[in-house]
Amino acid sequence: MDEALLRSLTPAVIGVLVRRGADFAAAEDAVQDALLEAVRGWPGDPPRDPKGWLVTVAWRKFLDATRADASRRHREVRVEAEPPSGPGKAADDTLQLYFLCAHPSLTPASAVALTLRAVGGLSTRQIAQAYLVPEATMAQRISRAKRTVSGVRFDQPGDLATVLRVLYLVFNEGYSGDVDLAGEAIRLTRELAARTLDEEVAGLLALMLLHHARRRARIGPGGRLVPLVEQDRSRWNTRLITEGVDVLQAALARDRLGEFQAQAAIAALHADARTAEETDWVQIVEWYDELVRLTGSPVARLNRAVAVGEADGPRAGLAALAELDPALPRHAAVAAYLHERDGDRVAAARLYAAAAEDAASLAEREHLTRQAARLNALLRG
Amino acid sequence: MARYLLLKHYRGAPAPPNDVPMDQWTPEEVSAHLQYMRDFAARLESTGEFVSEQALSPQGTFVRSDGEGRPPVTDGPFAETKDLIAGWMMIDVDSYERALELAAELSAAPGAGGKPIHEWLELRPAYGEPETITE
Repeated sequence: MDEALLRSLTPAVIGVLVRRGADFAAAEDAVQDALLEAVRGWPGDPPRDPKGWLVTVAWRKFLDATRADASRRHREVRVEAEPPSGPGKAADDTLQLYFLCAHPSLTPASAVALTLRAVGGLSTRQIAQAYLVPEATMAQRISRAKRTVSGVRFDQPGDLATVLRVLYLVFNEGYSGDVDLAGEAIRLTRELAARTLDEEVAGLLALMLLHHARRRARIGPGGRLVPLVEQDRSRWNTRLITEGVDVLQAALARDRLGEFQAQAAIAALHADARTAEETDWVQIVEWYDELVRLTGSPVARLNRAVAVGEADGPRAGLAALAELDPALPRHAAVAAYLHERDGDRVAAARLYAAAAEDAASLAEREHLTRQAARLNALLRG
Repeated sequence: MARYLLLKHYRGAPAPPNDVPMDQWTPEEVSAHLQYMRDFAARLESTGEFVSEQALSPQGTFVRSDGEGRPPVTDGPFAETKDLIAGWMMIDVDSYERALELAAELSAAPGAGGKPIHEWLELRPAYGEPETITE
């Protein structure tokens, strides 16, 4: 059985149930139950029409749950047992589900969990494992999220920007557990890109593909982080790079630039260089200028200082860095890098050690500590 | 989404405002304190922010290797001056501010006279995974 196919049907099936009159929370529960039944029963006896099967089973489960609920409350069941099935609105339903699961009233963690379950079709257990929390905690997070959006009308147009932020979080901040969150984020962004012509959706998809292409080269033996300049570029996935560049070029051609397209353009310029020395840093600085103009983001300014250091020399990079708040995350790491390029190993070693103290992940801390140790060994001669 | 460890100390933390040892409380005050802690954990689970918790015995030893083929060396019990951890709770929250808010809530557990202890808790961020998109 193809679990990915099964999961890809999730939003459309929820959509059918909602259009038949089920509320979102109950429909989502019923579809999860149907998915679990499919996982158990399909390997031996797969249905010819998987979606039809899921709709039938999920609807039955919804009716059972509603009846049980109604009899507990001594109320009458008002839902028709044999509803008319609506014409092909599945695509719109799926888009509506993305909006609902990333509704601005939800916290980022809730929106991520709800999206992975209702759009991605992952089980609560899988999501809990992916985010290293107990299943009971994740179940509560999801049911609270469902209560939070229970008053939201399903047919209201939503905000694509919040959807993109949620997908970006799934891609960028997952743990490396059994569930491939980066792959899942790409799948969900691909589905979204097939349903909208929005340039930023394409931009985010390109950004993910271009970074995912480097995944094997990013991590060395023992989980060691390998910085871009040291990566073995023959291990980059050229198929993903080609797809990412194609998606990006089609988006850029429509001339509605946004932050994800600008970030993807930077990633594409890195992907385009056969060696680190061939990197077109002048163009990368120009894209950072666009990114800073679009977002004003301090992180973009910090990365711009690195690019300026490569394009115009470390002194220029340090001058760009001097304009930024030293309290920014990774400020000391960038300063250390530029000082070493400028020949000041003493300052670089001290800054790398300071940067290690402030690292946000163990892998970064180890990388920065190793840099400081390397310089200190050189300084001892 | 960030994980934080709340550390509670038997000793080693600054003295709280309501600084009466637990064995001087009334039994009802002890029960009220423990109930508060249980309710706190249950509430965190219902908000989807609970990861794990563990209380620790004050009894413990230092231990180290003494070389291959030799039994480990132990030292203890811990000296009276040593920082002594009483237990931890791991939480998974949206922000540092939320972690502070929860720590303050836990710190307000009732103690002697049924009044909040305002105990000092140690809040430590856990390392996350490195971000994929860094440039």
